[in-house]
Amino acid sequence: MSTDLTKLIGRIVKAPENFLGEGELEEARKARRGFMGKALAMGAGVASAALAAGARAADGEDAILTLPEHSKTLGQPVAALGYGMPSKWEKNVQRRDSPGLTRVPQSSVSFTPLQGLFGMITPSGLHFERHHQGWHDIDPSRHRLMVNGLVRQERVFTMDDLMRLPSVSRIHFIECGANTGAEWGNVALPTVQYTHGMLSCSEYTGVLLSTLLEMCGYDKKKGKYVLAEGADGSSMTRTISIERALDDVMVAWAMNGEMLRPENGYPLRLVVPGVQGVSWVKYLRRIEVGDQRYDTKDETIHYIDLMPDGLHRQYTSVQECKSVITTPSGGQTLLDKGYYNITGLAWSGRGKVKRVDVSVDGGRNWRSARLESPTLSKALTRFNIDWVWDGSAAIIQSRAIDETGFVQPKLNQLRAVRGTKSIYHNNAIQSWKISANGEVSNVQVS
Amino acid sequence: MKKHTYAILLAAAAFACLAQPAAAQDKPWHALGRTATPAEVAAWDIDVRGDFKGLPKGQGSVSKGEQVWEGKCASCHGTFAESNEVFTPLVGGTTPDDIKSGRVAALAKGGVPQRTTLMKLSKVSTLWDYVNRAMPWNAPKTLSTDEVYAVVAYILNLGGVVPEDFTLSDKNIAEVQEKLPNRNGLKRFDGMWETKGKPDTANVACMKNCAPDPVIGSFLPDFARNAHGNLAEQNRLIGAARGADTTRPAPVALEAGAAKKPAPAAKARPDVADAKQLLATNSCTACHAVSNKILGPAFRDVAAKYKDKDKAESYLVTKMKGGSSGVWGTMPMPAQGQLNDADAKVIAQWLMAGAK
Repeated sequence: MSTDLTKLIGRIVKAPENFLGEGELEEARKARRGFMGKALAMGAGVASAALAAGARAADGEDAILTLPEHSKTLGQPVAALGYGMPSKWEKNVQRRDSPGLTRVPQSSVSFTPLQGLFGMITPSGLHFERHHQGWHDIDPSRHRLMVNGLVRQERVFTMDDLMRLPSVSRIHFIECGANTGAEWGNVALPTVQYTHGMLSCSEYTGVLLSTLLEMCGYDKKKGKYVLAEGADGSSMTRTISIERALDDVMVAWAMNGEMLRPENGYPLRLVVPGVQGVSWVKYLRRIEVGDQRYDTKDETIHYIDLMPDGLHRQYTSVQECKSVITTPSGGQTLLDKGYYNITGLAWSGRGKVKRVDVSVDGGRNWRSARLESPTLSKALTRFNIDWVWDGSAAIIQSRAIDETGFVQPKLNQLRAVRGTKSIYHNNAIQSWKISANGEVSNVQVS
Repeated sequence: MKKHTYAILLAAAAFACLAQPAAAQDKPWHALGRTATPAEVAAWDIDVRGDFKGLPKGQGSVSKGEQVWEGKCASCHGTFAESNEVFTPLVGGTTPDDIKSGRVAALAKGGVPQRTTLMKLSKVSTLWDYVNRAMPWNAPKTLSTDEVYAVVAYILNLGGVVPEDFTLSDKNIAEVQEKLPNRNGLKRFDGMWETKGKPDTANVACMKNCAPDPVIGSFLPDFARNAHGNLAEQNRLIGAARGADTTRPAPVALEAGAAKKPAPAAKARPDVADAKQLLATNSCTACHAVSNKILGPAFRDVAAKYKDKDKAESYLVTKMKGGSSGVWGTMPMPAQGQLNDADAKVIAQWLMAGAK
C-alpha cells in the first residue's frame, strides 16, 4: 500500500490497520498523532473530547464508540411541528435564483436543486418558481373559475364546485420553455440547478378540462382553441388547441397530496402535460373557447424561438425528449476514485421515455442505463448506471430516447437547425467534465 | 328493494330525463356550477385577439400617452422606452425599411445589443392587451381604456410607427397593424405545437465508436468560478459528492478526503424583514442601488442629503408611499402603495443610518 497516509487522516475508511504491515502501522500511528496534535492546537475547549476520541480511534470509529446524545436522551414529542420540515442538515438544498438574471425578483425564476434530489417526484417546497408579476396567497373561498366564449352556457365554478367533480390524479413533469436557454451559444452556468432546474415533477389532482368543457356545452364545430387566463396581476394568458384541451389537460388544485403551494398557483392551476410551463397558467380564473389563436404577449413577444433567418417560430410548446445527469454534475467534487452510481433524469413531452444511454468518454461509446419504475408518459424518469472512476479526466453525457423513437439531439445538431440565438427549447445532450482533481464542470463538446 | 318502490323510482327517473338535459342522466355532476351573469363575463373577459375581437371602443393621442408614460411607465422603462435597467427595452432596433417590409432586418443580421419588444411584436393587439391587463407593473389593470390607447400610441410613436400628432383608436388600429415593423416576422411551427408533430432535429442512437475524441468548445472561465455563490453551500453534506468550494481556486490534484471536510452550511435567510430585504421585495433595487445612480439616486446619496434634517424619517416615508418627482432630476418615482408604514419606516431608518 503506497498511499500517502497523511492524506487518509480524517476520512472514513475500513480500519486500515487490518491491511498494514508493522512498519506501515507505525507510520499510520505517527500520522494520527500529528493530526491529533493539530486538533489540540486549534482549540483547547475540545481537547479532552478529541483526546478521548483519539484514544479510541485505534479500536474503531468515534461515531460508533462514543454514543451520541440522541441515543441517550429523550427525543421530541409528536406534532412538535404541525407541518413537518426537512432536517436542519439539509439547508444547502434550496431553490435559488441566478445572480444577475433579472433585476426584479417578482419577475424572475428560482431553480429546483436537481443535484440534491432523488427519484422522480420534486418535493413541493423545491418546485421551481417562475413569476411574471409576483405571487399571491389567494383566499380559495373567493376564487372563481369562469368558462366563457363559444359555449352553450357560460358558467362560474367555486372551489367547492370544482372539488366535488370527478377528479383524476396523474404524475407529470413541468419544464419551462426557457430551461437550459442560457446555454444556446456557450456554457453560461455552473450547476445542473441553474442549467436544468426549471424542471419539476409532481402528482397533480384535479378535474379534466374536457369535463368542464362538456358541462358548459362547448361548440364542437367552431371551438378550435381555448384561452387560459390567470387571476394575478400579470393575468397570464396562453392559447391551447381544443385537441389538447380535450385530451389530458387538467384543472388542478392539488400537488403531491396537498393543495398547490401559493408559489405554484394556489388554489387552481392548469396542467398541460408535455407542454412548456408557461401554458400551465397559475391562479387560473378563466377558460375561453374561441375559433382563433389569441396571440397573447407570452406567445407573440416571449416564448417564441428565433431562427437563423430572423423569423421567430410561434406556438412552439411541446417539450421534446431530454435528459441530464444530476450526479455527478457541474459544481460537484468527487470524494475519491472508485465506484459511482451515475444518476439522472429523462423526460419527453411526447410520451414515455423508452431508453437512456450514458457515455463516460464524451460521446464515443454508450451503455444503456437502468430505468427506475414507474416510467410514465410525460413524467420524469429516473435512470442509474454503474461507473468506476479511474481518476483520469472524463466527460459524461446522457442521451434519452422516447417511445416515438426520437433520440435526444447533440448540441451541434440542434444548432444546425435552430442556430444559437434562440432562448427556448434547448434539449441538447448535456456534457459534464470530471477533472483529475475530482471537480465536475459544465462543458460543451463538439 | 320491494317491487313497487322500484317502479316508482323508475318512473321518477323517466320524469327526470324529460325535465333535465340528457347529459345529467349519466353525468350526475353536470348541475355543479352556475350560469355566469353578463356583468361577470364583461368584468373578466378582457382579452383582445389579433382580429381585435374584444377591443373596447376608445382613443388616445401620442401626447396624452406621453403624460401617462412620464407618470406611470418611465420609471421602469425609461423616458423613451429604451431603458434596459429594469426590463428588456421596448423600443429600438427597427428601421423605416422594416416598417415597409414587415420584417425586422436586425433579427437576422444581429448587431443589436438586445431584442426589443417592438422588434418582435407582430400584432398590435398583443401590445394593447398586455398594457391593459398587466401594466403598470406595480398597479396592474388601473389604466383607463383611453389611457391604454394613449400609451400604446406613445410607444408606437417612439418606434416611428405613427407620427407625433397621431391619435390611436378602435377605428384606425387595424391600419396601424399594417405598419408594425415585424408584422411578417413570425411563423407557426406545428412540429412543436402538436404532441404528434414532426420534430425538426434528429440524432441516431449509436453505441460504439460513434464520434472522434471530443473537443471542448466552451467552458466556464476561472473568474466565473464563484459567480453563483459558493457551490459547496449548494450541495448536500453527505453522499457521493460534495459541492466544490468555489471561494478558493480549484485544487491541482485529487485530494482524496478533502471533500469530506465539514462544508459550510447555507446561510439561513433572515427571519425578520430587514431594510435590504424590503428593498428587494418591493423592487426598490430595480431603480436604486446602494452606492451608484441607476434610474433613481443611490441610497447613499439619499442618506447623505437627509442626514441631519429634521423629520427626515417621516418625510422619506411619505415620499416612498406617495411617490416623488423633481427632487433628483426629471425621472419621477411612482407611489409605492403596497408598502406599509412599518416597512417604510424600517427603510427610512436604514437610510438615516447611512444606508450601510
